[in-house]
Amino acid sequence: MPEPFRVILFIIFVMAFAGLNAAYLVWCERKGAGHIQRRIGPKEVGPFGLLQPIADGIKLMTKQLFLPKGADPILFMAAPLMVMVPAIMSFMVIPFSETFVAREVNIGLLMIFAFASVNVLGLLLGGWGSGNKYAVIAAARCVSQNIAYEIPMLVTAITMVMVTNTMNLNEIVRSQAGWFFHWHIFRLDISLLMPVAFLIFFVCTLAETNRAPFDMAEAESELIAGAYTEYPGMGFGVFFMGEYANIVIGCALSVILFLGGWQSPVPFHPAGFLGVIWGLFWFLTKLYALIFTVIWIRWTYPRTQFYVLLNLSWKVLIPISLFNLILTALQIKIFPWL
Amino acid sequence: MSGYFKELISGTKSLFIGLGITGKYFMEPVVTMQYPMEHVEMTPRFRGHIELIPDEETGEPKCIVCGMCQKGCPSKCISLEGEKREGVKGKVLTKYILNFTTCSLCGQCVESCKFGALRFSKDYNLASPRKEDFIFDLIKRLKEKS
Repeated sequence: MPEPFRVILFIIFVMAFAGLNAAYLVWCERKGAGHIQRRIGPKEVGPFGLLQPIADGIKLMTKQLFLPKGADPILFMAAPLMVMVPAIMSFMVIPFSETFVAREVNIGLLMIFAFASVNVLGLLLGGWGSGNKYAVIAAARCVSQNIAYEIPMLVTAITMVMVTNTMNLNEIVRSQAGWFFHWHIFRLDISLLMPVAFLIFFVCTLAETNRAPFDMAEAESELIAGAYTEYPGMGFGVFFMGEYANIVIGCALSVILFLGGWQSPVPFHPAGFLGVIWGLFWFLTKLYALIFTVIWIRWTYPRTQFYVLLNLSWKVLIPISLFNLILTALQIKIFPWL
Repeated sequence: MSGYFKELISGTKSLFIGLGITGKYFMEPVVTMQYPMEHVEMTPRFRGHIELIPDEETGEPKCIVCGMCQKGCPSKCISLEGEKREGVKGKVLTKYILNFTTCSLCGQCVESCKFGALRFSKDYNLASPRKEDFIFDLIKRLKEKS
């Protein structure tokens, strides 16, 4: 396929994927919440409430984009985009299947982390720009939370880079070929703490994407709606979509680093177009299983207190992830043939 | 230091137990009722507003217009009238109005009816912005039901 077409097709695919995921993860979230609380969840709009996201979208779009008094107009309007755009950009390096990746960037992992930190900046500017005390408190909380959780996340990512010797996400997936016990989470021969490392990475993903039980950016019981307090209509909608896109990115990264990405659990990979579909199927299955876990966690645990959240990071996750780094380095050095 | 690890392990374990509980609930059938579309069958001792019991053969109310319910009502919310008709033993009920706005569902009327002509209905879908909607004509209601 000629390059310009490929680029355009991928841009359309990535935007559609991010948008549809944002819309329908809200539906999944509400259905999941419903069934966990033994209710049905949305059911009125369309069959099984499947048109509910569209109805919500129309409702948000018809609302007036109101600029509150005392708000900074540029920051206020730019903040939702700063959450949404980096999340969409990150999809560019995610390998959905062996050849189904928009750009195989050599430093894909680094790129995703770079973009992920812009997300926090968006929340900070949104909170600051709306000139609301609750929003500013939420923004400040959000920044300290993200700084605290970026460290164990990056340390774990460094461990994985050390194991795979590459930052190219597709290469990382390729290094996990074969049976499912070749996936990094089961590679106890590389590091005895590999499942723990996955757990740390997953918890950090939750915290980085401001998901419950770490949703300090929103914290509706104490801060109205946190950084989103002043946002009307689609301003809030874009924030929300960005949040869900970030969840997809975080879960995709966990799948790629630890659960073998598009690798199937058995050493079988058909050639050609069928192989692309096969890889896509396994990638999406793992991705949505993990996203379901995220939803499940949200409706299981209450929101943590803020100091508990910081304690968890500084006293538990960072020491253990650093220990895991050293342990992995030792195991790689002592058993270099693995 | 040992307390640190103990807390860590027990904490992680309890988190997984919590996930197990909600996971179990996720699998179980829903317990809520889709109210406007579905209705719950009321329990036998539920007290709705009173209604007349029809005679099984004729379908007419069993009431003989003795007026005991009217007398027994502490809120004075029952008013009834009857007339003598040819060929019919006793009086025939022509009007039975229940003013449900003042009724306290004490059940004195049902209690005082010696002829088994009154009972509590199982109606609970009663909501209206107008007062007149709660002044029930029980004879009309009986005819509508049968």
